[in-house]
Amino acid sequence: MTDALPVVLNINGLKYEFEVLPYRSLLDVLRDELGLTGTKECCAVGECGACTVHFDGRSINACLMLAIEADGGSVTTIEGIAAPGEMTRVQDAFLEHGAVQCGFCIPGMVMSAEYLLARNPHPTEQETREGLSGNLCRCGGYNRMLKAISSVSEESTP
Amino acid sequence: MKPFSYQRPGSLAQTFDLLSEYGSSARILAGGTDLIVGLRQQTVDASVLVDIKGIGEFLPGVALVDGHFVIGATTDISRICEYEKFRATFPALVEAMETVGSVQIRNRATLVGNVCNASPAADTVPPLAIYGAMVNVGGRDGTRLVPVQEFIQGPRQTALRPGEFVLSIQLPVPNAPLGVGFARLTRRRGVDLATVNLSCSIDSVGTVRFAFGAVGPRLVLGVDRSGVLADSGAPAGDRDAALANLIAGTSPRTDIRGTRDYRSAMLLVLGRRILAEAASRLGSGQP
Repeated sequence: MTDALPVVLNINGLKYEFEVLPYRSLLDVLRDELGLTGTKECCAVGECGACTVHFDGRSINACLMLAIEADGGSVTTIEGIAAPGEMTRVQDAFLEHGAVQCGFCIPGMVMSAEYLLARNPHPTEQETREGLSGNLCRCGGYNRMLKAISSVSEESTP
Repeated sequence: MKPFSYQRPGSLAQTFDLLSEYGSSARILAGGTDLIVGLRQQTVDASVLVDIKGIGEFLPGVALVDGHFVIGATTDISRICEYEKFRATFPALVEAMETVGSVQIRNRATLVGNVCNASPAADTVPPLAIYGAMVNVGGRDGTRLVPVQEFIQGPRQTALRPGEFVLSIQLPVPNAPLGVGFARLTRRRGVDLATVNLSCSIDSVGTVRFAFGAVGPRLVLGVDRSGVLADSGAPAGDRDAALANLIAGTSPRTDIRGTRDYRSAMLLVLGRRILAEAASRLGSGQP
């Protein structure tokens, strides 16, 4: 049978060393073994974006990456996107605009929005839609999310 | 997922050793965006994954070597799209690549993987064929170059022999003026598989080449040397007849994404559209 393999991962600025079975996804490990349940599992095939995290600074679906593949890298999850007890401007804007309905897609949406704005601080609405196209909201609450993201874009210096 | 073991070779030689040791029970892992889905849905069976991202010989990113862009097997699609020179040289391919999946998918998915997945609906394949892409296949005894349209032999079938895997894709920089267009049709905009996809080129002597995807078990290619399709001033009826002649080589099926007749009709509409785009790019000097 296959054995567990050692992994070293930096997650939200903390170093984790553990052993993992090779067929466990990064998402499985974050949620089930490390208790970081802010990252959601929904479709598990890379379509819904609920499991979006940043790996080595790039937005990815944690359900489509094996934990062993992440060995040696850095992961930022929703728990680590802001300093403890604080929120990012995107998170504040989601609250201000009532952009959260059931909330299940929101961690992934925030991770995608942060990634988009970090690379393109002033996206057009079309660019924002493209940037979020890998994240599905079953409540259909997209318009308020777009407004929230647009408000963050407007308040930063062009 | 069913249990499998994991290997991360550090060199090509070690990779070939692993492939010969494990044979058909081994699968190559690069981006994993198709493979992991297949393993989870149990449409793919593997007892060993060979992760090629640790191979020392692979160069990161995209390299321009002797008039060819070389895209390594581990270079993800987002990374390729960041190269300005590449974008300017292969705009229709970049359009196709930017329709693959989502941001998160493109940050992992490789262009080589998209080709090796051998889906008849792969959006990158028609423009790759039109730009003359060659698949660089590596084996223990050396490498061989296979045109992309010959590499993909049917749904999920490639020209790979046991013990081989794809090292890179090579794209020649066009050495004469060329205009290329790309279009795809989906049921909804964004993350969806293509109902049809197609690409065409016009060169400076009036030769028009078409590649049609998702309308047959493998890519359908057509060439028009009459000059009618390259001539935007030719009578519309003549141009449509020439285009219909090329489309006649396709064999679309009726499935969940569209009927046979609908696909054929859309090839004509989109074919006209990308001919105009290719002509405009040829005129502007952009390939």
